[in-house]
Formats: sequence, C-alpha cells, structure tokens
Amino acid sequence: MAVGGAFGRMNRGLAIYAVAFVAVLYLPILLIPLFSFNAGVYVKFPLEGVTLRWYADLAGRETLHHAFFNSLQVGLVVAIMSTVLAVPAAKAIARYRLPGKRAIVGFIMLPLVVPGLIFGVALLTLLNRFGATMSLATVGIGHVVLCLPFAIATLLPRFEGIDRSMEEASADLGENAWWTFWRITVPTILPGILASLLLTFTISFDEFILAFFLSGTEATLPMYIWSQLRFPQDFPSLLALATLILVFSFVMVFASLRIAGFGRTARREGAI
Amino acid sequence: MISIRNVCKSFGRVQAVRDVSLEIHQGEFFSLLGASGSGKTTLLRMIAGFEPVTSGHIVIDGQRSEDMPPHLRPVNMVFQNYAIFPHLNVRDNIAYGLRRLGIARPRQAAMVDEMLDLIALPSYGDRRANQLSGGQMQRVALARALILKPKVLLLDEPLGALDKQLRDQMQLELRSLQQKLGITFVLVTHDQEEALTLSDRVAVMAEGRVVQVDTPAGLYDTPRNRLVAGFVGNMNFFDGTVRRTGAEALLDVEGLGRMPLNDPVGAFRDGDPAVVALRPEGFTLHPSPPAAAFGVVQGRLQARQYLGGRQLLHIAIEGRTASVTVLRQIARGAEAEQMAEGSPIWLTWPQDALVVLEKE
Repeated sequence: MAVGGAFGRMNRGLAIYAVAFVAVLYLPILLIPLFSFNAGVYVKFPLEGVTLRWYADLAGRETLHHAFFNSLQVGLVVAIMSTVLAVPAAKAIARYRLPGKRAIVGFIMLPLVVPGLIFGVALLTLLNRFGATMSLATVGIGHVVLCLPFAIATLLPRFEGIDRSMEEASADLGENAWWTFWRITVPTILPGILASLLLTFTISFDEFILAFFLSGTEATLPMYIWSQLRFPQDFPSLLALATLILVFSFVMVFASLRIAGFGRTARREGAI
Repeated sequence: MISIRNVCKSFGRVQAVRDVSLEIHQGEFFSLLGASGSGKTTLLRMIAGFEPVTSGHIVIDGQRSEDMPPHLRPVNMVFQNYAIFPHLNVRDNIAYGLRRLGIARPRQAAMVDEMLDLIALPSYGDRRANQLSGGQMQRVALARALILKPKVLLLDEPLGALDKQLRDQMQLELRSLQQKLGITFVLVTHDQEEALTLSDRVAVMAEGRVVQVDTPAGLYDTPRNRLVAGFVGNMNFFDGTVRRTGAEALLDVEGLGRMPLNDPVGAFRDGDPAVVALRPEGFTLHPSPPAAAFGVVQGRLQARQYLGGRQLLHIAIEGRTASVTVLRQIARGAEAEQMAEGSPIWLTWPQDALVVLEKE
C-alpha cells in the first residue's frame, strides 16, 4: 500500500508532533475555562461540581464594570487612532521610493521587539518630563505607539496590492487626489482597515504593562485582574473573567485574520 | 486639437522622449507606432497628464496643458489593462466620472443606458469586473471614457490583450465608433497592421524620436528611412552609390544597374551611398524578355512561398547576394504556367515603385 511507505510513516510522526505542539500551546489555556466552571475555590483536580456562580459574581462588581468601560474606551480610541495614523504611513511605504526605506520600516516596527517594561518606563519618564498627569489618555498614547506597527503591518499588503492604473484611471475620469482616495483607495484597502481596527483594539484591550505604568488612578481591565490576584477566594471569578476575555480576543483576532485573508482572495479573483 | 511642441522626457539619465513635435487634428484617428521602448507610451502618458514633461509644451484644445493635473484635462484614456474598478459593477464603472459633473441620478442612469447600448452590452450593467471577458472589459473602459464626451480619447495598446479574432473585430468597431462620434483618437500601438488599418495618420517612433508622420499610404509608399520601410510591411533594400556630374545625378544600384536620381534639393553628393527600397508588389514578372520598361533585370527563380491567394517569390539576381522578394497574385487557372524553380525570369518596375531613402 502506498500509504504504508516511507512518506506515510513520516506523516504520522509529523502528525504526532503537531498534536503535541497544539496540546502544549492550548492545554494551559483550556484549563482556564475549565476551572471557571468549577464549584470549588481552589484550582485542583478532581473538580468539585459545575457552577455558573463565578460568572454571576462578576455581574455585581462595580470596580470591574468601571475597569471594563475604561478598557473599552481606550481600546476604541486606540484602534481608530492607530489605524488612521497607519493608513498614510502604509501608503507612503508601499508607494514612494523613499531613501532609506528599509531603515524607516525597521524603525517603525521596533516597538514590536522592545520589552514592554522598558517601553513603559521610557514613556512614563518622557510623559512626566512634559508634565502630563497619568490618566487613560496617557495609556492611550502608549497603546497607539504599541499598536502602530501592527496596524501598518496589516495595511501594508493591501496598499501593495493596489494597481496604480486604478488610481490613474480615477484621476483621468476627473476625480482629484482626495476623491480618488475615497472612491478607489479606501474601498480597496477596506478589509485591511477593518482587520487593523479589530487587531489594535484587541491588543489595547489585553495590554497590561504599559497601562500599569501610564494609567495613574484609573484601572483598565487587565489591571483590575492584577489587583484582584491577592484575594484567593476571588480567583475563580477571575478565571471566569479571563474566559470571557479569551473568547472575545479569539473572536476578534480570528475575524481580523479572516477579513484580511478574504479580501486578498477576492482581489485575486478580480485580477485578470 | 493637440499640439506637442519640443517635448522631452527623461527618467534619470534615460531619455525616453527626445524633442518631439506633433500636430494632431480635430476628429483625427492618430496613431503612435513604435517598438517597446520607443517612447510612444510615455508620450501618451504625458498627454494624459500622468507624467510631467521634462521640457517643451503640450497644448490641448488651445490650452497650455503641460502643468495641468490629469483630472482637469479634457482627455480620457483607455488603459492597457483597462483598469476597470473591481469594487464597482459595470454601471458604476461607466458612471464613475459623472459624480463631479453634478448630473441628476435619473439623467445619469439614462446616459449609462445609452453607453451600454453603444458598446452592445445592454444587459451587463450589474456585472462585476471579474465577470467580464477581456473584450467586454475593453468596451466598458471605452464607455467609461466616452460618457464624459472628451475632446480627445487616448488609447494605450487597447487591443494588445485580446486574441487575434477579437482584435480584428474590435479594430472595426473602434474605427466606426470614432467616425460616428467624431472625437479625436490617439492610439498607441506596436502593431503596424493595426496602426495602418485604423489611422488617418501615423507617427512612427524610435528611440524617443518621431521618425515620420504620414498617412498609412504615405508611410507605405514613401517611407523616409530603412526603419519605417522595414517596420511597415515587407521591403527589398538595395545599396547604391550616387554619381553626380553637374546638375545631373545618377544612381548606381547593386543588381539593378544605373538609373536617374530625383534629387531636387541636392541632398546627395557625388560618391554618397544611398539606399533604394522597392516593395515586393512593386515588381512585375515576365517569363520572357519584356518590352521597354523603366527598369528591367534578369534573375533566376530560387524559391516560392504560398500565401493563400498570393505567392512570394524569391529571385536571385546578379550583382546582389540577397535574393529579391516579389509578390505575385495567382490568377485562376494560372497554375499551368507556373514557372519552375531555377528557370530564368525577368523583373520590371515603374519609376514610382522605387523609393530612394533619405540620407542617414
């Protein structure tokens, strides 16, 4: 049998490896929702019965709701601002032959690799120097800097896929640069914009270190979780909260990848 | 309609267009013909406004236009890849340029309907670009430009992406459309047959310069130099030498002998080399020595090529290494008197079949 050949065996080895890989990656994460339904207070096997008590408990926490709305607010503003700022940057990188383009792109992508701790301290020092009071606004500034490279990286392939002659055709048909941007460029990069909004919102929503340094007295959701870890009896509620955030983040990132990917295949079909 | 005056274009150190001057008239079908890299597309893009001129002027409809952005020029273009907007359907593609003109919706719809009829795609309004064939996209691109009633329509190799049969059909449609609308068309093409079929006048371009501007017949009958002569149809070239004694000038041509040279401006001096060109159909064939003609030479039939209703004969003549090609119509029932290969044959030609190319 062909399946029994050398290739068949190798595929089986690979399959085992893949299963192990996914298990190591996701088992710890799967434990979170699992224990969030556990009736007992302590995270240990065997489970002591199924309950929705911890979820119900979340509903009554005022400070949690406050932190949630803070995170929502920061996330929305950050998503819009970083995407809006990323559009001209991505267009410039994709379109113009800038001197030292590689260096500039590398520089823009730098926040991706700088440790959050260092980045947080640096931003805190800088903002203090300007006399800024730490608030949700400063968290927003930090998050925009953090999110910008992700937004640019998401938008760049869309801009690179724009056929130059489409914009020329629009100009030829009488539209100036502004209207050409709205009628041709924006619809073409729209999937990229949506993907960027979802991705940057999720990053900001989940971010802890920068928020910790820059938030002052206002807590975001991850900070709330951090502050509650001191109380063992609250831990199952945090697991319930973490489960909700996990599901939400997964949906957002998955949607953003789907949108970005979908747009790309649609364009390929459109091309002749 | 379009006046191009001493236009130059450089990309860095590369000179794409060198000192081109052209007059394109109202209602004319004008072609820019040349090989790739001859500067024809760059010139068209400068007329459209996509490339700034390095120097020189472009006047469109009496208006200095070289500094005008493309969206303000009274010209529209059909792009080589058609550039149909993929996120809009056919109707919205065609109506694209109407937004700026402030035309009411119902009137817009009526105009689009009219255009869909004109391009013979009345039921295609709701289709997307990716549901159209190459020929259909080409028509939509035409409609999208023509709905704005441009003074000049620019066409950048519009038929290049189509297969042969469709190309021939679209050539006819383009020509009749142009005659119906009376709009000036400027076509860029590398296909000499296309340029000759469609155009009122053709500018042959090479290495960024305009080599010759003439009607198709003019280009064919009196090409100015070897490039034009070789580019447009088949041509026999003969090297010759000028013999001048006072006012009288003669030409010594390899294989063809001595003949009078018509050189009123005195461009050639004694001993100058000159090239004589003769079309394959410029010769008449005779199986036996003919009566008097302007020129006559004896040769030997070397090979023949059948081209449907015509034959291309390759004839060796003394004093010339390359054979001479002669085109012959095959009359019905003439197969019987077919000449055998290797048999002697006489060629004659009238004076006006022979073109002395310009001194290079």
